[in-house]
Amino acid sequence: MKMDRRQERETEAQRKVAMAALAMAPGDELKRLCAAAGVSNDAELLRGPETGLVSVRGRIGGGGAPFNFGEATVTRATVRLPSGEIGHSYALGRDKEKAKLSAITDALWQNPERRAEIEDKIIAPLRAAQAEADATSRAETAATKVDFFTMVRGED
Amino acid sequence: MYVAVKGGEAAIANAHRLLADRRRGDRSVPALRIDQIVEQLALGIDRVMAEGSLYDRELAALAVMQSRGDLIEAIFLVRAYRTTLPRFGYTRPIDTAAMQVERRVSATYKDLPGGQLLGPTFDYTHRLLDPQLAGDPDVVEPEQRETDGQRMARVSEILAREGLIEADGELPEDHLTGDITREPLEFPQARDSRLQALSRGDEGFLLALGYSTQRGYGRSHPFVGEVRIGEVEVELDVPELPFPVTLGRIRVTECQMVNQFKGSAKAPPQFTRGYGLVFGQSERKAMAMSLCDRALRAGELGEDITAPAQDEEFVISHSDNVQATGFVEHLKLPHYVDFQAELDLVRRMRGEHEKRNQINENDQREAAE
Repeated sequence: MKMDRRQERETEAQRKVAMAALAMAPGDELKRLCAAAGVSNDAELLRGPETGLVSVRGRIGGGGAPFNFGEATVTRATVRLPSGEIGHSYALGRDKEKAKLSAITDALWQNPERRAEIEDKIIAPLRAAQAEADATSRAETAATKVDFFTMVRGED
Repeated sequence: MYVAVKGGEAAIANAHRLLADRRRGDRSVPALRIDQIVEQLALGIDRVMAEGSLYDRELAALAVMQSRGDLIEAIFLVRAYRTTLPRFGYTRPIDTAAMQVERRVSATYKDLPGGQLLGPTFDYTHRLLDPQLAGDPDVVEPEQRETDGQRMARVSEILAREGLIEADGELPEDHLTGDITREPLEFPQARDSRLQALSRGDEGFLLALGYSTQRGYGRSHPFVGEVRIGEVEVELDVPELPFPVTLGRIRVTECQMVNQFKGSAKAPPQFTRGYGLVFGQSERKAMAMSLCDRALRAGELGEDITAPAQDEEFVISHSDNVQATGFVEHLKLPHYVDFQAELDLVRRMRGEHEKRNQINENDQREAAE
């Protein structure tokens, strides 16, 4: 029983990571990967795809009380596959096709028989591309780091 | 009696058609594309997102295109668009300490963990116009350097370790986070609502007010503890999922202003703070916001309120450029009837004035005779 719950939590954590990769994916890249993986567009739309707003919160001083500092567009979708799995997607922006594909991918991911394939063919490449872009950006920023040195003037 | 006057329908239609033509300009010049505006006018887009209070680059770019580059008009368009969409909820607060940092400087500590990262800054440029840009020259790829992977703690955390600075800014436990887009403006405001107003406030207005505090109108002896720019993850709690769902990343600018110490009978002397948090790469705005936040805390910190920047009602009521432009610009709309009434009044007063002068003159003449 305890084992089951731990496993469940682990699966949830993995699903969160997969959904994050889908949310951050450029729409075109996701469409390309889904097409290459043979993800079918065949799913019943239970909700959306629809665009709305979220109010984005920060914290006073960085870590204090929360405050709203602006809104952002978000598009979401919920689908049901012919095999019964229900998938969700949420992502910044207004790309409805991406929202539908992401929800379908999330639904497929929940089928233990398809999970490995979805991870391999869609989630892993998306995460790798994001990691590479982040590494490049970090390296570019690092090159602008100031190296201070002290100039000694005079004899003593 | 009220007499309605109609007219101008054709004039308005033709004016809008003319506007569309002038917006497009010379047809032999290629039309701008949204992606060009997003990529190459990025900081203008950031300003529209910050003051339009809507994070969506493509929409902001469309607004800039439609407004012919008039940023306040673009901000107006974005604000109007916002009202057409449903609200899905409030995100979890972003964590700026976990930012993918693109720029980070501190004016208070030279050797802070993670170092001074200049990033893509205009600082230290000579502000000389570069005519070569007009010829679309090749631009070299940025230099890269290995990263040390050090966690970049916020500067406030460093000072906090010694207890020399006030805490991040807590509100009472039972305080519900304010939302100025949902509740009418009321004064005095809690700091959270005030920060929300400042974050979407007009950059020019806040800049001038921040500047005024430096020049002595509500002096606060500020230091930039830290400015950081970069991407942060945004998460939302939704009922259908057992975990907060990641929506993606947004770029924000955060400014930690560190101000003169303040002590009381109860609290030992310590630095006080002002905070700025703005969408996009908007360093000037984030700095101005933090100066205004600190100035507006005068009452809370037991300081005399003597300067405009410290007057909450004055600052917050006039910081929104959509409201401001609406009220200023409405003056050019027809006020024919109002003005007719004023004209009548002035004519009447003029008549009475002349009559009085006549009587005075007659009196003087009679007295002289």
